[in-house]
Amino acid sequence: MALSGVEIFKLLPKTNCKKCGQPTCLAFAMKLAQRQATLDACPDVSEEAKKILGEASAPPVRPITFGSGDKAVKMGEETVLFRHDKKFVNPCAFALEIKDTLSEDEIGKLCGQVMSSEIDRVGQKLRIDAIALSNVSSDAGKFEAAAKVIAAKAAGVPVIISTENPQAAEAAAKLFAGQKPIIYGVNSSNAEAMANVAKAHKASLGVYAQGLEELSALTEKVKALGIEDMVIDSGARRAKDVIESNTLIRRAAVKKNFKPLGYPVINFMQREDSLHEALVAIAGITKYASIIVLSSVEKWKNLVLFTLRQNVYTDPQVPMQVEQKIYKIGEPAPEAPLFITTNFSLTYFIVSGEIENSRVPCRLAVMDSEGLSVLTAWAAGKFTASKIAQFIQESGIENEVSHKELIIPGYVAILSGAIEDKLPGWKITVGPREANAIPAFLKTRAA
Amino acid sequence: MAFTPSKETYSGKVYPVTIGTGEQAVTLGGENVLAFHAFEGATPNRPVIAYEIQDVPPADWPENVRKPFEAVSSDPVTWAKYCQNELKASAIALRLIGTHPDRENRSAEDAAKTVKDVLAAISVPLIILGSNHAEKDSTVLVAAAEAAKDKNCIIGKAQEANYKTITAAAMANNHKLVAMSELDINLSKQLNILITQMGFEKERLITDPMCSALGYGLEYTYSVMERIRLAALTQNDMTMQPPMLGDVGMYVWKVKETQAPESDLPLWGPAEERGIAWEAATATALLISGSELLIMRHPKAVEAVMKTIEELV
Repeated sequence: MALSGVEIFKLLPKTNCKKCGQPTCLAFAMKLAQRQATLDACPDVSEEAKKILGEASAPPVRPITFGSGDKAVKMGEETVLFRHDKKFVNPCAFALEIKDTLSEDEIGKLCGQVMSSEIDRVGQKLRIDAIALSNVSSDAGKFEAAAKVIAAKAAGVPVIISTENPQAAEAAAKLFAGQKPIIYGVNSSNAEAMANVAKAHKASLGVYAQGLEELSALTEKVKALGIEDMVIDSGARRAKDVIESNTLIRRAAVKKNFKPLGYPVINFMQREDSLHEALVAIAGITKYASIIVLSSVEKWKNLVLFTLRQNVYTDPQVPMQVEQKIYKIGEPAPEAPLFITTNFSLTYFIVSGEIENSRVPCRLAVMDSEGLSVLTAWAAGKFTASKIAQFIQESGIENEVSHKELIIPGYVAILSGAIEDKLPGWKITVGPREANAIPAFLKTRAA
Repeated sequence: MAFTPSKETYSGKVYPVTIGTGEQAVTLGGENVLAFHAFEGATPNRPVIAYEIQDVPPADWPENVRKPFEAVSSDPVTWAKYCQNELKASAIALRLIGTHPDRENRSAEDAAKTVKDVLAAISVPLIILGSNHAEKDSTVLVAAAEAAKDKNCIIGKAQEANYKTITAAAMANNHKLVAMSELDINLSKQLNILITQMGFEKERLITDPMCSALGYGLEYTYSVMERIRLAALTQNDMTMQPPMLGDVGMYVWKVKETQAPESDLPLWGPAEERGIAWEAATATALLISGSELLIMRHPKAVEAVMKTIEELV
């Protein structure tokens, strides 16, 4: 829990030296409480105060970077329980489990699936983020051999080294030097040896315990061994238990600032039935997982999980926008109808969806209205006759279509005259007010 | 530092709503915690999935979801029986889409006859939905509600433009009522208030905050549902305490991801699996955000969601 200004003031030197730029220590304390100043501005603060204040101001879920380079994944930093309160910060990573009992060919094939998993959706590049190599064989040699294949065939992909055996962890970790892997499989009996491996190879640790009490004790122990970059696993596997334990972990971190559980959560969601696996993974995506381990990465499943993660992690306060351009729906001929609407993603999705439903190929001009819907954009002066006219003229659409007819949303029927004035030679047709009337509208036109 | 779980005790609860009659009647809602939070409160009833059928053959459904019903969907009675007897549906949702003026424009009398015939053939609860044409629905649903008198169905959807006639019909014929507003917690609250001001008991309402498909605004429905549920529990807001409906199938089976062939979009994988997963994933997300009643289409999607519910309760 964040400290109040007065609580912070008690820890300051109380000299009112003004070196921080504030008139008094109390004023500085208030600024600190509002996060409008940082402690480094005070040259005289004691080490003890630094420690206490540093801990109090740290985000409730520790930020961790997993992997390195352009495929690195940021985790943690979350501050809320519900996405409508504030944006969920770092989207969870999906990791494909690769067992070290597989043949070199099979491992190579799975690496290939991860490498080629990237899909572009609404301007974001989405992919299977990581590989979780698991030491199913319990053999350190096999584990190392499998790790070598992954290092070669999936270069740059962040790796979770999953084993309880410190020797096996060491053998694999050295192959990923400088790539910030996660060594998962730390328990109360191997913590010391694992912490040494992590220190030697600059890895993060994945700690595993049965239940949250044991888990809290274990993270404290690992922290005392000098490792602070951890991901945590409460042992929950059933979807019901995952929701319970992830929720209690997030509440402890966010509401109580309980540091022993203020780490990103890793959930193992592997199931035999791939569709079932996708659905239980949704419990993890929506309820606070930072890493979800999967047993397979079929294309259809990736698309579902990527899209769901994208939906859950969008900023609820910033409307999702689509790019301003003329979208083709179906394969429109030059004489196909031309619609215009605003670039609020929901508006775009609904309008383009209804045009698709009509099965009449069309062009849809989507104009940048800063992500506002039609009526709001009109009211805010972002969807006006002159802006529409300018957009149409600059879009070059005149060279693409054989007609000069623009269908505008029914809600802005009032604009039709003004647009005709500003777009000489164009006929403005008033379309339906609601998108669901578009199929009927197009049907009537065709008749 | 010792760990103490911070469990929530809420002041409010979701109304339990029973639909249907006799042994096959089912109850939705009744919980006093967020969805699947049995660790801190009571969750007496599982979510219910109703199979969607319609009064006219589903020529407008994409092939991959039309196929499983090919042999039965030419007639709503055969279709309903198939869902109940073969697919073990715990409820059926009959959408009178054929009454829409832009479709077959079937009359209210035709719709009432379909409702009667379907009810005579099944024993599970029936949800009766209009074509979502506000004006036409207010005649069609009145006739349908009368035809189903005392069968304790759910009638819907009452919207701002037509709630008065539809509410009166549900009230006169002893049905439950779906109140639908468009993705806004305040509109939803306002409509529930207007309906209860007519004398309709709030314990007989079901809220539909409007569904959206995965990738097409799902996050809006998700958050509106979550906020409605939190208002019901934390503020004990009685206008927000009816169970919530996710009308999933209709919204999902029109988006590109449930239809586009793999040959057009090789990165998306096979269309059939993709469509089923799209419907099941949308449904699962809405269950987690608080929906107690889902209307779905594809048998494999329903089966997968049931299996997941099994793991969540």
